[in-house]
Amino acid sequence: MLDAWLLDKLLFATWETIYMVLTSTVLSYLFGLPLGVILVITAKGHIMERIGINRVLGWVINATRSVPFIIFLILLIPLTRLIAGTYIGTVASIVPLTLAAIPFVARMVETSLKEIEWGLIEAALSMGASTWTIISQVLLPEAKPSLILGVAITTINLVGYSAMAGIVGGGGLGTLAYYYGYQRYENSIMWATVIVLIILVQGVQMLGDNLAGKVAKKRR
Amino acid sequence: MIKIKELSKVYLTPSQKITALDNVSLTVEKGEIFGIIGLSGAGKSTLIRCINMLEKPTMGSIVVDGQEITSLAKRELRTARQKIGMIFQHFNLLSSRTVFANVMFPLEIAKVPRPEAARRARELLELVGLADKEGAFPSQLSGGQKQRVGIARALANGPKLLLSDEATSALDPQTTRSILKLLRDINRKFNLTILLITHDMNVIKEICDRVAVIDNSHIVEVGEVLKVFASPSSPTARSFVNTVISREVPAELLHRSQVQNEQTHVKLIRVSFIGPSAGAPVISSMIRQFDIEANILYGNVDRIKDTPFGNLALELIGPPGVLQESMDYLRSRGLEIEVLNNA
Ligand SMILES: Nc1ncnc2c1ncn2[C@@H]1O[C@H](COP(=O)(O)OP(=O)(O)OP(=O)(O)O)[C@@H](O)[C@H]1O
Ligand SMILES: [Mg+2]
Repeated sequence: MLDAWLLDKLLFATWETIYMVLTSTVLSYLFGLPLGVILVITAKGHIMERIGINRVLGWVINATRSVPFIIFLILLIPLTRLIAGTYIGTVASIVPLTLAAIPFVARMVETSLKEIEWGLIEAALSMGASTWTIISQVLLPEAKPSLILGVAITTINLVGYSAMAGIVGGGGLGTLAYYYGYQRYENSIMWATVIVLIILVQGVQMLGDNLAGKVAKKRR
Repeated sequence: MIKIKELSKVYLTPSQKITALDNVSLTVEKGEIFGIIGLSGAGKSTLIRCINMLEKPTMGSIVVDGQEITSLAKRELRTARQKIGMIFQHFNLLSSRTVFANVMFPLEIAKVPRPEAARRARELLELVGLADKEGAFPSQLSGGQKQRVGIARALANGPKLLLSDEATSALDPQTTRSILKLLRDINRKFNLTILLITHDMNVIKEICDRVAVIDNSHIVEVGEVLKVFASPSSPTARSFVNTVISREVPAELLHRSQVQNEQTHVKLIRVSFIGPSAGAPVISSMIRQFDIEANILYGNVDRIKDTPFGNLALELIGPPGVLQESMDYLRSRGLEIEVLNNA
């Protein structure tokens, strides 16, 4: 059974996971959101058509997304070292987590923004709106419920990725499950981490649904 | 207000070249309500969207209020667009904003100071009869109410010109009438030029001063609405007029013999008249003056804007020479005559 010492370990690992996931979610949106916007507005016929940029960006995003995360993790070790000074531990994990999530976020944002009716953009253009105004006053606000759901999905993905990073020494619930569950056959630890992960994922999804629902309902 | 010269628009799709507008020239005067009517795919939307450069013309010139629109730099174009309002078939209101905030949007774009903008937005909502809805979201409104918000939004920056792309096509007839009345009121109140496109001749009949008929990328007819209703010269215009007022004479009447005998001929004519002078008195005086028989086969009197407008089909029976004289008489009294059973 779980004794106090293990419970303490579990709580600490949970905190580490939450810290890694939240930080990399925020950081990946910091870069992924603008990239997603660029992906949309530089597409053919859109408000800042730049076919060349659009193609290159799309290609890079696809290329990054086709590398499995576990390989990505290993490939990025030199870069992680450069940025974080080390490649093990929670802080170091944030580098590959963020980098892996950026292209994912860019695509999620792109999908959300593409759902907006072209007529709304056209109406704003007819009023003399600038590109920036259309982004900040039309695209993002109109897509808000869908963007919020995207954040939830990204966060949930990052929970999974962070567990993988944990296995190669990234800290958090992954590391805990690996050391105690896999190497020492402590099944209870294994199951405890699984339960905590399920609760985390459920919690994030519920929060996302709730927030998105609230925003959408206000407009209904 | 608008001078379009030799405007052409060609869409290049991967598979083909589509000429949506072919050498179109058109002038819209200040303060008038000008309608453009045409069948689906004729090029109406393309034409109206060229005027605020939502669509870039392939060739030609468009001058709006003395300013050549087609050669403006981006920033200048944005400023020019602030003075050209536009309303849409599907309203295109922002669902993330309340009614009030939707009307505020163009004012924010034009960087109007907030208190002044808010005052103006409330004024406009008052004007379109939605003062009590300012806190509502667009999804809570009916189609007609949404279009009213669209109109308030389009007027926010005090435009000189209002473009309307099928603004009533998604509305029921009664709501359409109320929106058209609002447009007419605004046109009078602000002396605002309105250019509207539609495929519904009722819209033209209801509020337009002049109309252009567009067919297959060409303008085939332009004129005063009354004139076009009375004597449409192109087949397209004729068929549009027929959708609103019945001008067609039943076919079996057309096939009746023209000649009863040497002395007595039968002429089937259509008489159109405009204005309060009306046709009936002229026709009865014709009958008194000439020794012929006249049967009214059908007739209707309608109103175009505020002017009575009538259509009669007459059968005139009498000697050929007298028939000719009596028709000349009708023409001399300002009636339009069209002989229907010409061999
Ligand atoms: N973006 C586009 N790319 C290619 N072809 C287009 C485009 N927009 C319009 N067209 C074509 O140009 C022609 C004119 O279209 P337009 O939309 O101006 O017609 P319309 O008179 O407004 O018709 P409707 O009453 O159906 O709205 C059509 O043949 C249409 O298919
Ligand atoms: Mg159209």
